[in-house]
Amino acid sequence: MPIEIPKDKWPGKIRTVTLGAMAAEGGTRAKTITVGGEGTLPFMHFETPMPNRPVIAIEIKDHKPDDWSPLLAEVWGEAMTDPAAWAKAAEAAGADLIVLALSVTGLDGKPTKPEAAVAAVEAVLGATGLPLIVFGPGQAELDNELLVPVSEATKGERLALGICEDKNYRTIVATAMANGHLVTARTPMDVNLSKQLNILISDMGMPGDRIIMDPTTGALGYGIEYGYSVMERLRMAALQGDAMTQSPMIVTTGFESWKTKEAKVGQGVPVSWGDWKERAINWETLTTVALLESGAAIVVLRHPESVKRVKAAIEELMVAA
Amino acid sequence: MALSGIQIYKLLPKTNCKECGFPTCLAFAMKLAAKQAELSACPYVSEESKKQLAESSQPPIRLISVKVTGYEVKAGNETVMFRHEKTFFNRPGIFVKVKASEGEEAIKAKVGAADAFKVNYVGIDLTVDGFAVEADGADASPGSAQAFVTAVKAARAATKRPLILVGKDPAALGAGLGTLSGENALLYAANSANWEAMTELAKQHHASLAVSAESLDALADLTEKVKGKGLEDIVLDLKSAKLGPHLALSTQVRRLALKSNFRPLGYPVITFAEGGDGRDSVVAAQAIAKYAGFIVLDRFAPELVYPLLVLRQNIYTDPQKPIQVQPAIYEINNPKPESPVLVTTNFSITYFSVANEVEGSGLPAWLVVCDAEGMSVLTAWAAGKFDAERIAKTIKGFNVADKVSRKRVVIPGHVAVLSGELEAELPDWEIRVGPREAVDLPAFMKQAL
Repeated sequence: MPIEIPKDKWPGKIRTVTLGAMAAEGGTRAKTITVGGEGTLPFMHFETPMPNRPVIAIEIKDHKPDDWSPLLAEVWGEAMTDPAAWAKAAEAAGADLIVLALSVTGLDGKPTKPEAAVAAVEAVLGATGLPLIVFGPGQAELDNELLVPVSEATKGERLALGICEDKNYRTIVATAMANGHLVTARTPMDVNLSKQLNILISDMGMPGDRIIMDPTTGALGYGIEYGYSVMERLRMAALQGDAMTQSPMIVTTGFESWKTKEAKVGQGVPVSWGDWKERAINWETLTTVALLESGAAIVVLRHPESVKRVKAAIEELMVAA
Repeated sequence: MALSGIQIYKLLPKTNCKECGFPTCLAFAMKLAAKQAELSACPYVSEESKKQLAESSQPPIRLISVKVTGYEVKAGNETVMFRHEKTFFNRPGIFVKVKASEGEEAIKAKVGAADAFKVNYVGIDLTVDGFAVEADGADASPGSAQAFVTAVKAARAATKRPLILVGKDPAALGAGLGTLSGENALLYAANSANWEAMTELAKQHHASLAVSAESLDALADLTEKVKGKGLEDIVLDLKSAKLGPHLALSTQVRRLALKSNFRPLGYPVITFAEGGDGRDSVVAAQAIAKYAGFIVLDRFAPELVYPLLVLRQNIYTDPQKPIQVQPAIYEINNPKPESPVLVTTNFSITYFSVANEVEGSGLPAWLVVCDAEGMSVLTAWAAGKFDAERIAKTIKGFNVADKVSRKRVVIPGHVAVLSGELEAELPDWEIRVGPREAVDLPAFMKQAL
């Protein structure tokens, strides 16, 4: 009996967003990355084809972090001490793009200086041809101090700058607008706050195709379901035609999952937690896979093994019937 | 999809005899639609109408129960496509598979270890739900049936949990089922070649039956055939295709059940999570998020099962009822009287974020968890459920002063504004304001306390 499959037909579409610029557009990237553009819920190829697959960013820092899980130090080794080397290693590990997360302090323990931030960004741009996202250290004043010079020094490269939040988006958005960059806009797992921040950023004159939404999420076991459901609701609102939710979404699952005890700690934990390394990889991988199902376009990971597994998962998810 | 009043009216005698207690058949129909009357009140409704009305009031996805004394795994009775629309109800059962070819000793060891596995998550003990035994190598020869019988007995000796019997050969599966009594196993699977024999077996042994076919059309035809033979406890096998196609089929089946009330596919789905290099973990994770009723793992490893059980808890949590921890003083890293006192709310994620950070730092602390009706710090404060009065009441109520040598309490940075009021409520206590984010607690505790 021929079955009539209920298909969704949506009036809205996700915006297409491109990161990175090659020589012709005034940049030095070897390739650009384009995300978004879909007109259905994630991976529903039988309704309309998904024009762009989700992509994997690897997170690196401007110098070796002292609070990351030992498992990450083990796998990245010496490369962690130099952002250029780390970027090369990340590219070799299969990253589609790089996230450079600037530290609050330099190796001297004092707040990171603008010159150091610019130097790190330029070193990364010199070491790899992948598109680049730069996150400030996450303190409003310091973010502005560092991201403005970074933005100006890299005009034309079409970076994404983050993380804009309702308290400190103005300066970052202004400099991104002036220098041809994109912004990532983060809100705390709330559909209305997401819309609101997108409205505020758009009202400043930022074009819609240069905004990426970061809905925030918790790791597996630490709040993932809140982010997951917010993402499903944002995606449905977008497809129903709400222009202020139609940006592709970025999720920092590496950051979230590697700060859990499950990923950071191998001693003095219950026997039922099993092998530390495999558990930590599973934590990052499965958090990420769940959020791919809820619509993540850019996933930011830390461990090369997670990158491998998530890449394989995306490959399979992009197969139509 | 239940019938509307008008649709029900069309199935009634339409004589307005009033014997049901309502003035007209239409009035009765409206009451039936609102589930405020029973069909049995009408003495004249036809058999055909009774059948149609019974069908339409069935849940869109049949509830399947795989059970044995003391244990039950249920799947089905789902009503939404997205958890935020209401909630997902019946967590998919997670089963670990062993093969007959592994032999009796290996099976007992493997099943025993997985059966004993228990992991604590936010105060709940999580375990695997059952086991699958596969008649691999069964080829309708008497010897292979015996190997399967041995395997099923070995599994049953090592666990009391529900079983799924996996294979293609009805003789072997029948022999295996024959060793079990007083339980409702799940039999996998009927296909176009063996469905009659498998249906008979399932009926005979009070088992549910998984049904397998190459397309949704073929699957719908086959389930109708099985149902026609009197077996309705059916589970769907969508075949282990790549993640993309499997997601599409799972979604389509759920939509057909919920949106089209398409009965031939109104059953829970079974998914086999297979593949090396971690692929099986990914398949299982997708299955948990996207509609599986039964998930069968090829292997048991705590580092694999723990995250999957947690993901399942998370996705299947009722969004309207966030989980809470018990308000109490929690001791982190063996605190001494001179260790600091930290205050937070009883929202599970808040508690675990804070406890996780402090525990991971190795620093000792007394963590006082206040009853904020399961809300996070900011939400509770905004709702008036986490204020100076409540914090003071909690500190006094739990006699925190008796445990510590120094009356000093650290409140979360997000409620810094409360410090003045709290000083008034607790006059002999020093009030300190901690960081806003849990992740900054260790540094704060090292530098500022």
